[in-house]
Amino acid sequence: MKRTGVFVCHCGINIAGTVDVKKVAAELARHPGVVHAEDYVYMCSDPGQNLIIKAIKEKKLDTVVVACCSPTLHETTFRNVSKIAGLNPYRCEIANIREQCSWVHRDKSKATQKAISITRSVVEKVRRNESLEDVSVPVTKRALVIGGGIAGIQASLDIANAGFEVILVERSPSIGGHMSQLSETFPTLDCSQCILTPKMVEVAKHPRIKLMTYSEVQEVSGFVGNFKVKILKKPTYVDPDKCTLCDECTKVCPIVVPNEFDMGLTGRRAIYIPFPQAIPATYTIDEKACPGMFDTAIACGKCADVCKPGAINFDMKPELVEVDVGAIVVATGYDLYDKSMMAEYGYGKYPDVLDGLQFERLLSASGPTRGRILRPSDKKEPKEVVFIQCAGSRDPELHWPYCSKICCMYTAKHAMLYKHHVHDGQAYIFYIDIRSGGKNYEEFVHRAVEEDGVLYLRGKVSRVFEDNGKLIVWGVDTLTGKQIEIAADMVVLAMAIRPSKGTEELAKKLKIALDKDGFLAEAHPKLRPVESMTSGIFLAGAAQAPKDIPEAVGQASGAAAKAVAILSQERLFHSPTVARVLRNLCTGCAMCVNVCPYEAISLKEGKAVVNEILCEGCGTCSASCLRNAIQVKNLTPYHIQEMIRACLGG
Amino acid sequence: MAEEFEPRIVAFLCKWCSSAGADLAGVSRMEYPPNIIPIQVMCSGSVSPLYIFSALSHGADGVLVSGCHPGDCHYIKGNYYARRRLALVKKLLEYIGLEPQRFQMSWVSATEGLKFTQIIKDLVRELQPLGPQNKLRRKF
Repeated sequence: MKRTGVFVCHCGINIAGTVDVKKVAAELARHPGVVHAEDYVYMCSDPGQNLIIKAIKEKKLDTVVVACCSPTLHETTFRNVSKIAGLNPYRCEIANIREQCSWVHRDKSKATQKAISITRSVVEKVRRNESLEDVSVPVTKRALVIGGGIAGIQASLDIANAGFEVILVERSPSIGGHMSQLSETFPTLDCSQCILTPKMVEVAKHPRIKLMTYSEVQEVSGFVGNFKVKILKKPTYVDPDKCTLCDECTKVCPIVVPNEFDMGLTGRRAIYIPFPQAIPATYTIDEKACPGMFDTAIACGKCADVCKPGAINFDMKPELVEVDVGAIVVATGYDLYDKSMMAEYGYGKYPDVLDGLQFERLLSASGPTRGRILRPSDKKEPKEVVFIQCAGSRDPELHWPYCSKICCMYTAKHAMLYKHHVHDGQAYIFYIDIRSGGKNYEEFVHRAVEEDGVLYLRGKVSRVFEDNGKLIVWGVDTLTGKQIEIAADMVVLAMAIRPSKGTEELAKKLKIALDKDGFLAEAHPKLRPVESMTSGIFLAGAAQAPKDIPEAVGQASGAAAKAVAILSQERLFHSPTVARVLRNLCTGCAMCVNVCPYEAISLKEGKAVVNEILCEGCGTCSASCLRNAIQVKNLTPYHIQEMIRACLGG
Repeated sequence: MAEEFEPRIVAFLCKWCSSAGADLAGVSRMEYPPNIIPIQVMCSGSVSPLYIFSALSHGADGVLVSGCHPGDCHYIKGNYYARRRLALVKKLLEYIGLEPQRFQMSWVSATEGLKFTQIIKDLVRELQPLGPQNKLRRKF
């Protein structure tokens, strides 16, 4: 007969407020095999833990159940407690009577009954648990960083400076991300490229960073410490070692397509360098645009003709590179919400309705207008500019319910910089609330209002339409209750921040979760904000939620520190609750071999054999075995059957 | 008025999505009926048809199996196996005359606390008019 101890936590009133914890302990004390049951106000506190240790020793307990919060929170705590008391940690189990019981029910007697059922079933499970030792695996001391914006750059530099190799994968031809497109940054008005490009150069020159631009992650397998990643290196058709950046090729290229870097305000050639400071400093042929790349016989080849160093190679092929890494940082950033979704503001219809990033390009000294603010339609200086905040944000009915966080600040910056360029112009900002939480942010907004005379109007814009060469903006000022009509020369929309295109696909490859709005989900919103739910995969930057540069950089350093904590281990320990084959029952039918997602099972001498390092303990094999010959340790069909019986009171 | 029938439901929740989603419902203090008793499994793909028969034979009035969304399985493809295997179980149960509402599958991610509560509410509401499940209950 087992000697089981049951410890019921009150969690203050979090559990005890709905569940009669004394009754749970009393009922469980009568459960066969339970030799000790008690309740305590906070089991996770020091006295609570000591109480468990004391009981294990004094009552010679061989199995322990703690009825408390979710195992995601304190399973490790209480397993360590068991270990201290000399009990194998796998002989301790958690009954979740808080998240899945007391917090979701109000009826005290029903919740108590449910808590008893849950605890009983866990008691029946733990009684059948065996003592296990962790499986130890070596760690690949290399990190993968996905996304070469400011967050990815910072994470790569931090990990590399800690002494580990980094592979930085970026899907576009250059690193730099959206930060490289910005003119100035709030609240200091620092030049964005001036503070970013030194970091880009540092990445390129770092002996421990391997930069893979124009590359995409194709496939990820493995687990923390031992990921295997397949990266597709797309052909650029230009040999970066030979290219001298003479720019002769773009002069002869006959093709013009919208320039992504300038947000479509200008064109670029099919062979191009995204921007002068691009890293790596080389050209790329956009195979979708280049006529030489079509299967049809049109082969232009003009760029190759003028390329003196012979850097152009039309025969370059996509390359699949396989790498082993121990940790992964995902920093895939954001895109702006598709402006065509906001037809009422006339984007796409009127050339002088721009989004925030397009306005950044107009402000930028390296932009299409060399930093002069001119209307795209007639190249005239706009004298009245209307900025519309929350375009797509904070709009649960039609668009996105969340606040995009950075738009209040960058709109204040836009309006301010506009006034610095066009002294006699007037800037209007339609806002719902001004959210300027951040160091020196509030002061920055005041500066826009007081020094630059930016006019803030509290209310939403219903419509933008063209009349007689002007953009008529219809809105309402909710502070005065008056309708407002402004005849503007330009309208700038602060579009909602969305996770960058392809985030969902990448999340699937990485097997990490998305939140309800499509951003990458963190493991815990308060306490594990840089970790994904999958061990060894960390999150940085706007891919997790809208955030500004300092926050993205801070999170990137946090993610890097977490990655380094893994890479600096010699070995990692992985749960021993893996599959086991009962050889006398196994017929060698290989059903388990076929269903195993990790290729952890093979047949040897006509019997299934499990590779414990590869096995993740999912149990898919066990459900497919007709003879129960393969079972996950401590969660065998026998365990589950007994749990079912106990929770139904049979 | 007679008191409403309170069905007893065993819910097999995968650790990574559905149990985490149920935890989120708790953290967010969403409310749902206390008729379910959760059993955490590693993956919906580990749920053997025998577990469902076992729960019914021990007197469960309903069984729920909930996993990660198809394509989002923490174990790559376990939930695809669950979906196929359990669809057959469902057919079999219906063939032997069990009301289809008594065995259900759902996909709840770690961020879908609200969806989880809704599924439980709907399940309980559907099972209440059916009364106790006696078809497969073991008779002593």
